Amino acid sequence: MRFARRAWIVVWKDLTIEGRSKETLNALLFFSLLLLFLFQFALGPDRERLASVLPGLLWLGFILSGLLGLGRTFVGERENDCWDGLRLAPGDKSAIYLGKLAGNLLLMLLVETTLLALFAVFFNVDIGPAAPGLALVVGLGTIGLAAIGTLFAAMTAQVRARELLFPVLLLPVQVPVLLGTVKATEAVLLGEPLGAVAHWLRLLAAADVVYVAIGVLTFDFILDG
Amino acid sequence: MAADPAVRVIDLRKAFGTTLVLDGISLEVRPGEAVALLGANGAGKTTLLKILATLWRPTRGTATVAGFDCARQPERVRERVGLVAHGTLVYDDLTALENLRFWSVLSGATVGTSDLRDALAAVELEPFADERVRSLSAGMKRRLSLARVVLARPEVMLLDEPSAGLDPQGKKWLEEYLQVFKARGGAILMATHSFGRGLNVADRIVILAGGRIVLERPRTTLTPDELARLYALHTEDGP
Repeated sequence: MRFARRAWIVVWKDLTIEGRSKETLNALLFFSLLLLFLFQFALGPDRERLASVLPGLLWLGFILSGLLGLGRTFVGERENDCWDGLRLAPGDKSAIYLGKLAGNLLLMLLVETTLLALFAVFFNVDIGPAAPGLALVVGLGTIGLAAIGTLFAAMTAQVRARELLFPVLLLPVQVPVLLGTVKATEAVLLGEPLGAVAHWLRLLAAADVVYVAIGVLTFDFILDG
Repeated sequence: MAADPAVRVIDLRKAFGTTLVLDGISLEVRPGEAVALLGANGAGKTTLLKILATLWRPTRGTATVAGFDCARQPERVRERVGLVAHGTLVYDDLTALENLRFWSVLSGATVGTSDLRDALAAVELEPFADERVRSLSAGMKRRLSLARVVLARPEVMLLDEPSAGLDPQGKKWLEEYLQVFKARGGAILMATHSFGRGLNVADRIVILAGGRIVLERPRTTLTPDELARLYALHTEDGP
């Protein structure tokens, strides 16, 4: 109960600050819009070509906006040395990790939902019938990305070259998740049943469990540097 | 029989690369006692406080708080110390009340809104409870930082320039609060550059220079002039 309250207060704090400053959300939404324009110009109106590259483009957008958002996870903690306050708070530090992860997840899902809706409008794609399957794939993929991204953001928060180091660390680890999400998204958008991509979904779920477990088990050491 | 020390430091050394910042410090602070650390910039005052607060690990030697080793039992130590450092540890986009709520819940404390408001009233910030911290002055942020520590009810207070940015009224309040804290058995280790009112609360004066203790005396045995002379002598600097 106490653990859950501690995790919740971190989510509440991050979302309250984001709700007031809107720094990350505005930047991510603008960036997503920019990406869509670029993709639209690059691909043109060729629907066949579009269908083959759409899953990759979609996840490229998710990953790039995710990198921007996740990289800022601990930026606010540098303000007034709040990072030290997190370290000095007695108790299990994994509550802080789970709170940060949940906050990131909510923000990323919000941006991804917006991006999906814009994709549908910009590229004239009917994603309605694929929506439930797509929600599952996007959800599983985003948990994996957010779980390891939150951890690496903490690892690089006190490093001088963090903006460079963060994607360099994160992207190689994300390869299995990316592979699974793009393949599963492609199948879902083509109208295939979820059973046809069950192996990819299992891989994503396993990656999520492993990444969250690694985060929970190691965050204490990472925070204490 | 004298009480066991609330803070005990034995032959403490801390080096950053080849730079030795603390060079064999040994010091004790007993419950109900306040020790003021004086020294020029770079003398090692903040380093000593950060080691005791468990933010940094010593290179050699031991530091304990209430009998718990700062390097090996940091969680036990964190439950017992309150740190007021240069950074105020408050979020600018939260209100004063929200900041206190965040830190108290994160520390596992069970406090109600009335307790939070009482803590704000104690530092005379109650009228600003619902103001965002961004709009508060530096002195008010410092008071809020003190309220955060007050709320945690620590056994040991580690204060790094606690009166920095405070107006005379704030300094008076701080002195009174620390006297009450001491009277209740709390131990205080306070780094300061202040030779005036800030030292009133101290029972002992310790001067650090080059990472070593160069003078340790009961405060009452030193007149302000004598303290200033000794400080200048040991640090080649004036107050």
